Amino acid sequence: MAHTEWKDAPGLPDFSLLKRLARDQLIFLLEQLPGKKDLFIDADLMSPLDRIANVTILKQHEVDKLYKVELKPIVSSSDQLCFLIRPRIQTVKWISDVTTDEWNFYILPLDDDILSLELPEFFRDNFLEGDQRWVTTAGSALRLLQSVYGSFSKVYGIGRCAKMVYESWRELMEDGEQRTRQPEFAKVFLVDRDVDFVTPLCSQVVYEGLVDDLFRIKCGSVEFGPDVTSSDKSIKVMLNSQDKVFSEIRNEHFSNVFGFLSQKAKNLQTAYDKRRGMDIQQMKAFVADELKGLKQEHRLLSLHIGASESMMKKKTKQDFQELLKTEHSLLEGFEIRECITYIEEHINRQVSMIDSLRLLCLLSITENGLLSKDYRSLKAQYLQSYGIEHLLTFANLRQLGLLEEQQAGETLTVMESKVGKLVNDKTVGKLTDAFSSLAKKSNFRALSKRLALVPKSGEEYDLRVPRDMAYVFSGAYIPLSCKLIEQVLERDGWTGMEEVTRMLNGQEFAVTGGSSSSEARSKTDAQRIVLVMFLGGCTFSEISALRFLGKERGCRFIVVTTAITNSSRLLEALLDNSA
Amino acid sequence: MTRAKPEDDEYWNSSKFKAFTFDDEDDEFSQLKESKRAVNSILVDEDEDEDDVERVSWSGEPVGSISWSVKETASSIRSGSEQSFPKIDTTPSLSKQGSGYSLSSLFKAKSKPGAFQSFSESFSDTSFRTYAPELRKPKSDGKDFVSDLSPEETVRRMQKGRPFSLEKFRSLQDKLLLLDEAVAVYDGNVITAVLIFLKKSLSKEILFRELMARDVALRHYVHYLKEMGEQKLLVELLKALGRTEDMALMHYKEHLNIKDEGRRRDFLKSCLSLPFSQDDATHVQDHYTLLERQIIIEASDKKADAEIFKKFPRKASILNMPIITTLYYSCFYHYGESEGTFSSPSNIRKTFRISEKQYILTALGARAKLKSWFDVDSLFNTKNWLGYTKKKSPIGFHRVVDILHKNSAPVQVLQEYVNLIDDPDLKLSGALKYKCHDVVINTYRDLKDRQQLIVYREKLERDSPEYRKIQELLNNVVRGREPLLLSHFLIHSVV
Repeated sequence: MAHTEWKDAPGLPDFSLLKRLARDQLIFLLEQLPGKKDLFIDADLMSPLDRIANVTILKQHEVDKLYKVELKPIVSSSDQLCFLIRPRIQTVKWISDVTTDEWNFYILPLDDDILSLELPEFFRDNFLEGDQRWVTTAGSALRLLQSVYGSFSKVYGIGRCAKMVYESWRELMEDGEQRTRQPEFAKVFLVDRDVDFVTPLCSQVVYEGLVDDLFRIKCGSVEFGPDVTSSDKSIKVMLNSQDKVFSEIRNEHFSNVFGFLSQKAKNLQTAYDKRRGMDIQQMKAFVADELKGLKQEHRLLSLHIGASESMMKKKTKQDFQELLKTEHSLLEGFEIRECITYIEEHINRQVSMIDSLRLLCLLSITENGLLSKDYRSLKAQYLQSYGIEHLLTFANLRQLGLLEEQQAGETLTVMESKVGKLVNDKTVGKLTDAFSSLAKKSNFRALSKRLALVPKSGEEYDLRVPRDMAYVFSGAYIPLSCKLIEQVLERDGWTGMEEVTRMLNGQEFAVTGGSSSSEARSKTDAQRIVLVMFLGGCTFSEISALRFLGKERGCRFIVVTTAITNSSRLLEALLDNSA
Repeated sequence: MTRAKPEDDEYWNSSKFKAFTFDDEDDEFSQLKESKRAVNSILVDEDEDEDDVERVSWSGEPVGSISWSVKETASSIRSGSEQSFPKIDTTPSLSKQGSGYSLSSLFKAKSKPGAFQSFSESFSDTSFRTYAPELRKPKSDGKDFVSDLSPEETVRRMQKGRPFSLEKFRSLQDKLLLLDEAVAVYDGNVITAVLIFLKKSLSKEILFRELMARDVALRHYVHYLKEMGEQKLLVELLKALGRTEDMALMHYKEHLNIKDEGRRRDFLKSCLSLPFSQDDATHVQDHYTLLERQIIIEASDKKADAEIFKKFPRKASILNMPIITTLYYSCFYHYGESEGTFSSPSNIRKTFRISEKQYILTALGARAKLKSWFDVDSLFNTKNWLGYTKKKSPIGFHRVVDILHKNSAPVQVLQEYVNLIDDPDLKLSGALKYKCHDVVINTYRDLKDRQQLIVYREKLERDSPEYRKIQELLNNVVRGREPLLLSHFLIHSVV
């Protein structure tokens, strides 16, 4: 298997500390309210809370009853009410006059190398609404990491939000005392989700990504239904490096998983078979040393085999093969007419509303917008199939630049001269244009060529022995976000990438940190740990690609993300079809 | 298995290389299925120690987890006596609070050093300041010394949750300086807090005017109004900005909050005059027409007693369904009605300018669901000038087959349509998928793929007609020693 061993890889900092920290502070806050109290929790804080505390801990600190915040009148018998909420206007309005404390719960470690802010709304708030309410939160998360784990020697970033987060973080650090600690990370890379929309819109085909696409991993745990468990009950499973079977297949292309699981099953059989012909003494040793481990493995193995089988069935049913072919053609810019016909039929048949939208967006970004007649016709058909109220969704997608109509006869130079004119124009027209200017040209085709994101077609790609990060998309495409990270780390900055950054609408930066002068830099493990922060969400495919890159380069990546995302979550955040 | 003689090899072509596909006919997949059987058949002593298996409640949450207990307590409360519990005042507080506190100040409080004992020692006071409850102090506290701070200092205090006052920013210029300073530190919560202050202390004309030149602040303001549901003000703002299309959409969005279909229809009607883009104006017009028609159809179908409604009772109302769903419904319940009636497929097709392709797809789905194979056939039948009937389709026949299959059409029906697929690869994969043996066998025969014929024979029941057919084909060729072309011809004549 490709990723199981980390030869010469640096060890990772212990992030369980962050959980302990959050728990201790929660306890401290609860102790500020002595006596019995009822606790009201924001629905989306419940799962994260579950990862750091449990009911026993809450009870120990005199929490009587637990409620979900529902923005309805409260019915409670307790004298003291305690609310655990995200600072949202609606919630604050509902709670009314109270005293507040801040619970510094910024980061939830989902795994050894994944830290999440658990803020799925970050994406819409920041990129669609242009509301910067979470910028300081992201900055504070970085400050927390720096305080606990030490400083960084270099910070790179790209994107408007990345810049703001960096500034916010810097200011927070200037406020506090600088702590000189042995650095635990060498480098930090901040990237805005809107720098690369293509990657999260692609179907995921590495195991973990596929599980997320089909079953939705929530806060590091997934619920497998009866179709997976082959029984009448559902099971919630934590998916992380503790699961020995999962940790070996999570980064694998799905086509390798069957073979691996089959082999495991055989090994397991052999291990059990050892019992035959054992004498009492040997049997005793077997039960004491091996049996428990075997049983554990047995349980996990049947679970993942069940999951693979169920995923295969689901994917066959939706003609996944054809869908993938269309995606790959779009990435390659090949047979676009056929792709449009496919998308059209997909819409006509009213198959998955989100998949149709995803394909439309992918078509638009890769083609730098749709031809006017295509845009109108596809939009009309979409509204016919899925409801006219989606014209609000289309307005959102347009504003974000995810799904656009090409302006007649518009070339890049025309566009540029327009932009140039805008700068001098002081009419209201200018301002209205500026308002929706968060939408940007994607330039995907040119970027793809420049960065060699799409391998030449016709070349054989052996998914068993991946040769680059493209394996996470069956060898058809290297995630743009990850390619940027690779290039910048290699060049130690943005030099030589001027054309690329121009096509990405600039906003790139590289800053050398204060502690860079420290001796013995190259020797410590820390110098080979890179922290990548995704603002607006990151997918499991990107995480797998970075793990692969780390293995290739002898470094390790730690992903900090505002939330784990995928195509469905990304697009659902932009729907406006219900009250 | 007897291997074919060398001379036969000249006749038979080699099988195509098969790559991995997401298809359950895949070999690897059957391998996996075997593994599953293997793993499940491994016998383990039945005293399963369940300690590492999570106990899961009815809702699927692990027993003892917080999410689980929340649901549990919520349900136990419901069963108890509710009326005696005190109610908490839920009137909004932000609006009556005056200008004193930013949103972020509600969540931050100033540091109170040395209060944390439980933290691990690795954290110094500076890196882990404790946040003691600032707001628990009387609200007037500290106002004296915060009353003459600069915009910069005020914004910094707002960011940190220290006491501050906005009252002293009286002139427009001062207020704008404050706003610009908030924007300069990128803190969305502070920006919104300042905007709330400006909203209260400035006339909306002036505020709108100033926001026009401040994009970031403007976006925050728009979002704030959206979240607070201040629809009217929002529409005014967008109008003032000259963003008429956005204003129209914003107004149109309101229909989603109207539950009563009659009122919703009337509201949509009132939207028709809004300044939408040309495209969207058509869509909104369609939306109104659609709901109007649906209300009429619904009223009549609710009490309809035609045979079809008894045989297939309606599961839901047709109100607020998309156009295509409405068309499907009409192809299901009102097929063959004259174009004059609102509920007829032809009327819907015409009213909403539905393409032929879309119409065929939808009608095909509905008629196949009803197993009206005759109707299905007539969708595709065309007569040429000689009077022969031929099947034509604006959508690929592989798609047609797929839809027929999903509606569990019998093999005979499927076979007819599989045969109509143009692309030989699609035809073969369709035939394999839907087990149209004749088509599969004929295709392999035409491809001269002996290997695949042998493989396929093994999947068939011994001595079934299909099995015998393959047997015959294989024998015939082995017997013949004629040159290639001739032998090919012979097979055709034999079958």
